[in-house]
Amino acid sequence: MKYQSTFPHLYNPGHSACAGCGEAIAIRHLLTALGPNTIMTNATGCSEVTTTQYPLSAYKIPWLHSLFENAAPVASGVLAALKQKGLTKVQVVAVGGDGATYDIGLGFISALWERQENILYVCYDNEAYMNTGYQSSGATPLGAFTTTTPPGKNSEGNNLIKKDMIGLALAHRVPYIATATSAYPLDIQAKAKKSLEIVGPKYLQILTPCVPGWGYDPALTVELSKLAVQSGLYPLLEIINGQFTKVQKIKPVPVTEYLKPQKRFAHLFKDEAGQQVIAKLQQIADENIKKYNLV
Amino acid sequence: MKIFIGGLKAVAQTVANCQPQVISAYPITPQTHVVEELAKLKSAGKLTAEYIRAESEFSAASIVLGAAATGVRTYTATSSQGLLLMTEVLFNIAGMRLPVVMTCANRSVSAPINIWNDQQDSLTVRDAGWQFWYAENNQEACDLHVQAFKVAESTQLPVIVNLDGFVLTHLTEEVDIPEAAKIKRFLPAYRPVEFLNPQKPQTFGPLVGPADYFEIRQELHEDLIKSQKNTLQVGREFKKVFGRAGNTLIDGYKLADAQIVLVSFGSVIGTMREVVDELRAKGVKVGILKIITYRPFPTELIIKALAKAKIIAVVEKDISLGGQGILATDLKAHAGQKLKAPISSFVVGLGGRDVTKETIKKIIKLAPKATTTAVTFVG
Amino acid sequence: MKYKLTCQPGSSLQQLTGNWRNQYPEIDHEKCIGCQKCIWVCPEGICFLTGRKNKAGKIFAEKDLAYCKGCGICARECPVKAITMAKEAKNSNK
Repeated sequence: MKYQSTFPHLYNPGHSACAGCGEAIAIRHLLTALGPNTIMTNATGCSEVTTTQYPLSAYKIPWLHSLFENAAPVASGVLAALKQKGLTKVQVVAVGGDGATYDIGLGFISALWERQENILYVCYDNEAYMNTGYQSSGATPLGAFTTTTPPGKNSEGNNLIKKDMIGLALAHRVPYIATATSAYPLDIQAKAKKSLEIVGPKYLQILTPCVPGWGYDPALTVELSKLAVQSGLYPLLEIINGQFTKVQKIKPVPVTEYLKPQKRFAHLFKDEAGQQVIAKLQQIADENIKKYNLV
Repeated sequence: MKIFIGGLKAVAQTVANCQPQVISAYPITPQTHVVEELAKLKSAGKLTAEYIRAESEFSAASIVLGAAATGVRTYTATSSQGLLLMTEVLFNIAGMRLPVVMTCANRSVSAPINIWNDQQDSLTVRDAGWQFWYAENNQEACDLHVQAFKVAESTQLPVIVNLDGFVLTHLTEEVDIPEAAKIKRFLPAYRPVEFLNPQKPQTFGPLVGPADYFEIRQELHEDLIKSQKNTLQVGREFKKVFGRAGNTLIDGYKLADAQIVLVSFGSVIGTMREVVDELRAKGVKVGILKIITYRPFPTELIIKALAKAKIIAVVEKDISLGGQGILATDLKAHAGQKLKAPISSFVVGLGGRDVTKETIKKIIKLAPKATTTAVTFVG
Repeated sequence: MKYKLTCQPGSSLQQLTGNWRNQYPEIDHEKCIGCQKCIWVCPEGICFLTGRKNKAGKIFAEKDLAYCKGCGICARECPVKAITMAKEAKNSNK
């Protein structure tokens, strides 16, 4: 028997995100939490290219894509126009991948935070420029394979530490800061909803595993993002006005359990130099556990 | 209302009278007076627009893009480096058919860094799909801004109004600031066709593939060409309400029987008028073709205007490095085949080098024998 | 303007991504406890509650195969293993 969905969500299927895409899970739940009285600006990236191939669109809310770096200031402009029109109840959300957020669009986000505008910025973090073929970004973890940090005789993959966006948001006194991941979709909804209760800038960062970029069986998306959290490498937090209101407690698993299923870390298991990188990653995880009281 | 006022301050007051709803800009010499004056008007309660201090020109342009897409009247201003920095957004705004109005205080382009006037900045982005207008003096600058909002909103194509940095922007002279009440009669409230609206959700800025991009760009180009009609119509309406000439795309000075024609745009036209008068008194049949609208390029009108000229000297404060003056190149490309006269390219005034009557007289002397295949620099 | 620059909301439904897959989920209605896990974790969002009860009195879930890309997350995450991935038949008409 054929079953047909009534397509009740604000994000329709028929988009061309990969099978098992972590970001597709996150965006749909984000939109469910936001509701239809929302205007979304979106940076160039997976969340834009897979969903809006003219003349089709997966989005059922008003949505605008301009450029790679400017989802944030475009959202500022939308907010200002809504204020002039007296439409203060409409929610304005800017969405960007880690490329748009950590790198090319960082300055613009900093200014949005400085202006203390009532805008939610959501970063779906798949830890590289996945849309253009897995090149490294400021969010790429140490040791990861990307097409611009390929391991070889002279390299163990990415040699830089993942940028601390949470620290940056705290330094900007962003009143609502949270991290989430595809494995816990109801947590994404809860955090998005909670953020809207606060007037001012909000930052929600969601770890969204990428099937081809990370290199794993598509069925493991939820499992892998759980392991990212359980290893301590990706703490799930909620910080309101500088106070930690939610910290996902974990029963720590060694980082190797998280790294092993992913092709992007496979080279680290081959030699001594790789083992040293794994040790460094374990150190980062242990530091997170201590810093954020994860146990 | 006629007052003795600085160029950009006059523009700022004019723009405020046009009641934009969202303004965002980033300061850069010599545009700064307009953002400062708008800030003053805002804090004095005379400007009801949202005024967002952006942290870069890219951001300012993006902010007005977002606001325009949400269906309100928008404005920004910049110069030189700022204009180049927002190049990506300029193409975006035009491609999305948003009626943003921008002031560009023309300034040279780094390197070397130079804050003084030339026309390089605006011409560098002439392909972006915006309408480009050039003011000869501060009165025209104010008048063009009022018309710009009307033309932009009726054509769904953004407009840049250019005025020479320092030469016009910082010049204090008598200007009749178009009054808010008259502007209200002339410029109706903005009624956007499509905009970001939860009541009628649409997706803006999709990925368009080879199957559709071509025709969309073609339509943008054809609409830009057609906008000449809108500009002339709005110019006529402007004249009716304000009693001064509106944007006529081009203008001539002692052109009808001119044998040598100087083709140019911007404030240098003023200097040329004086030289033409002096030389005419001596029997030299020289005239001026003033370009007011640069994009779309008013080819048909220009061909008619230059039909009888024997020698054409294009004078401009810019150069397509490795080629010729940009206006000269455009003129030759668009109209050259239909004109009998040879067209030579003269470059003056780069980086704020003063363009004096002597400069113009020298050009008129050189024009008859000047090369047509390379630039002649007259510093 | 002759050419529309915008897309209609939700129009991606016209693209039937079901033809991507080489496996598809089969939900055992009787095993299903209606916990909605599969509904939450499906990247396409095409798992839904049928509104019909099984013998255990639970409202069971089903999926819309027109869009299912066969990722297998639902089968992996189902807490009662009510979902199995079956191989897509070659040249099957959907």
